[in-house]
Parts: sequence; structure tokens; C-alpha cells
Amino acid sequence: MDFELMLKVYPFFLEAAWITIVLSVLTAILGLICGTLGAFARLSRFAVLRFLGAAYVSVFRGTPALIQLFILYFGGPQIGIQLDAFEAGVIGLGINAGAYMTETIRGAVISIDKGQREAARTLGLSQWQAMYKVILPQAARLMVRPLGVNLNMLIKATALVAAISVVELTYTAQRYIGSTYKPFEMFLLAGILYMIIIYVTGRGVAWLDRKVQIT
Amino acid sequence: MTDGKSFVEIRHAQKSFGKLEVLKDISLSVDRGQIVGIIGSSGSGKSTLLRAINDLDPLTGGEVWLDGVRVNQTLPHRAYEKHINQMRQQVGMVFQHFNLFPHMTARENVSMAPIMLKGISKDEANALAEAQLDHVGMLERIDYYPSQLSGGQKQRVAIARALAMQPKLMLFDEATSALDPELVEEVNQVMRKLAEQHMTMIIVTHEMDFAASVCDRVLFMDQGVVVEEGPPEILFKTPSQPRTREFLRKHLESAK
Repeated sequence: MDFELMLKVYPFFLEAAWITIVLSVLTAILGLICGTLGAFARLSRFAVLRFLGAAYVSVFRGTPALIQLFILYFGGPQIGIQLDAFEAGVIGLGINAGAYMTETIRGAVISIDKGQREAARTLGLSQWQAMYKVILPQAARLMVRPLGVNLNMLIKATALVAAISVVELTYTAQRYIGSTYKPFEMFLLAGILYMIIIYVTGRGVAWLDRKVQIT
Repeated sequence: MTDGKSFVEIRHAQKSFGKLEVLKDISLSVDRGQIVGIIGSSGSGKSTLLRAINDLDPLTGGEVWLDGVRVNQTLPHRAYEKHINQMRQQVGMVFQHFNLFPHMTARENVSMAPIMLKGISKDEANALAEAQLDHVGMLERIDYYPSQLSGGQKQRVAIARALAMQPKLMLFDEATSALDPELVEEVNQVMRKLAEQHMTMIIVTHEMDFAASVCDRVLFMDQGVVVEEGPPEILFKTPSQPRTREFLRKHLESAK
């Protein structure tokens, strides 16, 4: 194994890892927004919204994220959507992650005992007041760990945007293989950096989970 | 039609879940300050009747009136929401499983609804929580979370939470059924205190002794109908209906 080469290219990989991190953060934010909207749609009392929420989840979980990215990036211009590769990556992955987060958030909300809602409603709280004072604060605590799983998957899914030539970690590894002919070292280096990102994120999620638990 | 109406009035209450009829044409009136007990085996419809009073389990037929206002009105969604929230603020409810909010301390459990719905200040809310928790003997646990309290303590906080909205009527849905036997009395004491203060109460219970000692009137329900009703000294000592006698006899046996 060529350690010397790995050390030499390492700074360039760090830069690429930074792009992966930025991509992950933006995707996670967009995913959370889409997931929250999706969950509220699925929990709505309006059948149309429930249908749209369910359709969103089944379409985006039912097709490969790579195909979704290709449709957006390569197919987009045909229907008037012009995005650069990075934008297409964030939007494509964000909407995809949102479909998974929809189910996570919805699951946490419906797992709260129905007696909680009843107690809130009998005091005279409106549906919305019961939701944000009683149901959501409890559901939010239950969401931390499963959303952490969504985040873990989302970070790994950012590797897909190499296929639409976003210069992130995986793309960078491929590019250096082209000039060094050392796929083992280059992919290993990328893998190690992914693992560090995911390990730190995982610790962060575990810390947050402990932090929000009720005494 | 508000003439001659009682404080709480239920007329021809009917409730079905699909084909199952759980309430069959029940009428009931309760005067201000009265304490009415509802007894009966599980599945008799007594909890359903209680929960219909604040429209938590809406009736499929019949009317519920509180203080001259129809509770179960058919209205467009928004108007109904506004109406029912108004009505429910006047009716306190205590549940078998307490349903305290686990992410809030006793203080927050009690003061949350008055802050949200009556717009009182933080100081007023604190004073209110302290007064209400003192009333149920829970002042020293005011900043505890529900998970740090015993069942009896939780139920007393739940009663304080309901009372903090200054309801005209209190509904108790088997308030002591989930408690260990040694914790029942502390909750009963709080309810007795409310009785002394002439709170109007409707109490669904399995505790015959307690019902006999606080209620002005007791209803025995079976299979969705009120089989018999009367003052406790008559209903418990000399019931006229065979089904009532059967229920009381079985209950006495299982209590031994």
C-alpha cells in the first residue's frame, strides 16, 4: 500500500470532504423541511393532503435516488429546470431524504399515547395547541434517534452525486485514480473520511438524544 | 328550549360503534352541586356516557346540554372547534391513567392550559399552580416530573390540572381504578374535599363504598341502558332490579 501517495493527496481529499459535509448539511436541512411538511400532510384531516403525502413517500422511496438525480439533472433542462450539479444534488437528495423523514416524523407523532391528546383537548386546547404544546414536544424526543439513522443514510447517499460530477469525496477519489492508478488507496482514503464524518455525526446524535430526554 | 333545563342534561343519548350499540336512549339530568355516581360492569357504556358529556366520544344521537348550552352541536369544522373548546374549558376531566404531560413538571401541567387559554401572566400562573397543588396536597412536589411521582400523586396533580381551569363540572372516569389499593384513599380524600365545596361531579367508579359515601345519586348501567337509579342508600341496600342485585352481589364477592 502506497502510504506516501495517500499522505500526498490527503489535503485534496480533505477539501472534498468539506464539500461532502456542506452537501450533507444542506440536504439534511431540506430533508427536514420536506419531511415535516410530508408528515403534516400525511396526518392532515384533508384526504387530498393525506394522498399527496402518501404519494410523495411512495414515489421517492420507491425509485432509486440515482434515477431521481439523473431525472433532475439531465432531464430537468428538457422541462425548463436548469440547475448546476451541486444544486441538483442538494435538491434531489433533500427531497429523497424528506420522504424517509416523513415516515420517521409521522411515526413519532402517532406513537404518542392518545390519552395525551385527549387530556389536552379536554382542557380546552385547540387541535393545533394540543399538537405543539403536548404532542410535538414528546414526539420530537422520540424522533432524535431515528432521524439520526436518516442522517447516516443521507450522508452516505451524497456519494451518488459523483455520478452527476459534483466534486465531492467520491468524485475526487475517482479523479485521483485516473491520474495515480491506485484505486485501493484512493477509495480507502475516501472511505476513512466518510467514516470519520459519520462517526462524529453519530456521536452528536447520541449526545442530543441524551440531552433531550425527560428526567 | 332552555326552560326548566337542568345544569347538565342528557336527552336520549344514543351511541353506536358500527353495529354495536353502546348507549341506548339514555336520559340524565344533574343539578348544580349534585354528585352523581355511575356504576356498572366494564362494557356497560358508563365511560362512553361520561366521555359524551364533553363530546370526547361524540354521540350518534341525542343531546347534551350544559348550563343551558347545547354541547354536541353540529357545526362547520372551525365553528365547532371554537364552540367545543369553549365548552370543554368549563368541564374538568380526570382519567383512569392520569394522562399527565410527561415533559412538564407538576407546576407546568397545572398552569399550561390557563396560560394558553386565559392569557394569565407568568406570576399569576405560578400562584395558580401553587394554590391548586396545595389544594390537593402536592405543593412540596410542585417541580417534580410525573415520572417522579406515585400513581396517587399523579392523579392528584391531574385533578389540580383540571381544577386550574375553574370548571363548572368535573368528570371522573375511574379515577382510582389504576391505583394500587393503598394509594386510592389519598385521591378519594381530594374528591371528598371537592364534594364538600359543592363541585358538581359525575363519577364513573368501581368503588361502591366511595360512591355510597359521596354521591347524592347513583346510576347502575348495564348493556347501554340505565337499569336503576336512586339515592345510594336505596340503590345499594334495597335495589329493585334483579340485574342490579346480581351486579352488586358479584361485586361484593370479588371484593372479598
